[in-house]
Amino acid sequence: MSAVDKIKNAIWVFIKYFSVVFFAFVALLPVVSCVITAFKTDEEYQMTNVMTPPESWLNFQNFIDAFQKANMGRAFLNSFIVVVFVVGGSVLVGSMLAYVLNRFKFPGNGLIRSLFLFATLLPGIAMQVSTYQLMYKIGFINHLYGYIILMMGTDVISIYIFIQFFENISVSLDESAYMDGASYFTIFFKILFPLLKPAIVTCMILKGVGVYNEYYSAQLYLQDKKLQTVAMSLYTFTGPLGSKYNLICAGVLISLTPALIIFILFQKQIYSGLTAGAVKG
Amino acid sequence: MGKIHKWLRSRQGQQAVVIITFSIIPLLLLFVFTYFPFAEMFKFSFYDMKYVGERKFVGLKNYITVFQRDDCFRALWLSLYYMGGAVIQLALALYLATVFCFGIKGGDFFKGCMFFPYLINGIAIGFIFKFFYTRGFVLDTVLGWLGFDLENLPYWLKDTSINNVSLVATSVWKYFGQNMVLFIGAMMSVDSSLYEAAQLDGANKWQQFRYIMLPSIKTIVMLNLIMSITGSLSAFEPPYVIMSGGGNGTATYFVKMHEIAHTNQKVGLASAMAIVLLLIIFVVTILQKLFFAYVFKDAEDEDKNAGKKREKQLAKAMKKQKAREGRA
Repeated sequence: MSAVDKIKNAIWVFIKYFSVVFFAFVALLPVVSCVITAFKTDEEYQMTNVMTPPESWLNFQNFIDAFQKANMGRAFLNSFIVVVFVVGGSVLVGSMLAYVLNRFKFPGNGLIRSLFLFATLLPGIAMQVSTYQLMYKIGFINHLYGYIILMMGTDVISIYIFIQFFENISVSLDESAYMDGASYFTIFFKILFPLLKPAIVTCMILKGVGVYNEYYSAQLYLQDKKLQTVAMSLYTFTGPLGSKYNLICAGVLISLTPALIIFILFQKQIYSGLTAGAVKG
Repeated sequence: MGKIHKWLRSRQGQQAVVIITFSIIPLLLLFVFTYFPFAEMFKFSFYDMKYVGERKFVGLKNYITVFQRDDCFRALWLSLYYMGGAVIQLALALYLATVFCFGIKGGDFFKGCMFFPYLINGIAIGFIFKFFYTRGFVLDTVLGWLGFDLENLPYWLKDTSINNVSLVATSVWKYFGQNMVLFIGAMMSVDSSLYEAAQLDGANKWQQFRYIMLPSIKTIVMLNLIMSITGSLSAFEPPYVIMSGGGNGTATYFVKMHEIAHTNQKVGLASAMAIVLLLIIFVVTILQKLFFAYVFKDAEDEDKNAGKKREKQLAKAMKKQKAREGRA
């Protein structure tokens, strides 16, 4: 390598690391400032600059207060129930539909695919006007089950992920099982469903995080205080508490902890699931 | 009865049973929660109505109102801010994805930092950025470290000349890491021996990017660019959660629509707004389809002799470079 090349290389390495560190800083700054503030006492919060580190990193009082004030224990329970049922339901429903669409040629197969695809074009928030009417009429407002059923509907991404996965499972597997006298239901539940495990994990994580973070429909259909999900419980901090940012930041951090844990544990699956969903969708 | 029974036990019969039982629930959900509300909304758009009470058929009046009201249609212009943000976001994601693909020590950690904002719930984001942009708080402090004077800094969320930019920045912050991960996925799907071969041949970073990476991710970049245009038209979250419903001239079309539907209870007008936006989105989508037909034609050509073509281009570029070096 010539001297010029060496300098060029060094500059490139510098630019490379500088941009990565810089943008990681930009991405983390808003969250880090929250962490700093969440550990401050009321007095400290008022006296010091927001970016001055707190006196004690062990001052968990704000977290305790936020948790109690926003009734987050209840909120976590509600979110947990919602996530479990929505994720379970949409994995089951999505994989069953994907199985039928992938394995059988029947009139309407293409039509069903197009109907689901077209549905992605209709922006959900725009249709809330009439969805609200519908939910009101069938009495689904202020019931966890109503919200759960609404959230289970049309999950095109997981259907795609499952279809893609089925494409890589040989049909001869189904065939030989059928020859041995297994019914299609047995084939699906006993043979294929266990094989779908990687796809199921991916869909569970993506859908789970999505449902956990959902707030728009939740605030429309779960107005009862007792039914609040974690994201909605943060609304407690508007109004009189709206300027106590040390408390608010603690609440915010509590609310994003589950997503953070899932992310750290399942980074690879989240990345690959997103890529799989995006290429097809 | 016997016939039906026999048919049910035949292979075709069994297939029919499994097809019906497995697709009936998803289809029911799809129709009840997507297509039925869609049809209803279309109907509502011709009525003067509230959620409860009497409705009056008014024909196209709601549609005319949408175009006449200043606040409705003008809100669409705000999408331009979001489109600009989307372009910056994609360029940034593309650049960072390239950097990661050349190898970074501790890459997974940095990648994780950039991706994480995508997983934060919208309400938390609202609070985080209200705090972040408050006068004298996080952003002002950091800019102060860099030597900016607080006196010269605007009120990020109050000042109408800058507040939409502040809001768009939060959307870029949330999504650039996610875009980047998509691009890295596409870039990594390229056979790694290609990079090795190119490196052995002495191709520089720019050439590796231009002739190996870029062609492999063309489709996904295009797809994201077009999706972000549709996304910009329906921008909702930043003004809704950070400005608590779009004050200070930040109300996008959807925010306005939400307000008209839920605060003013003008269900008919809100429905008409939704239909108008859907039509715009359809037009954009059809244009996208046409555009894609064009791009894919291009891509097919490439498939046939893609390898050869790229090698040729790369060889040509390197020849030039060598000639230049020779002269030097």
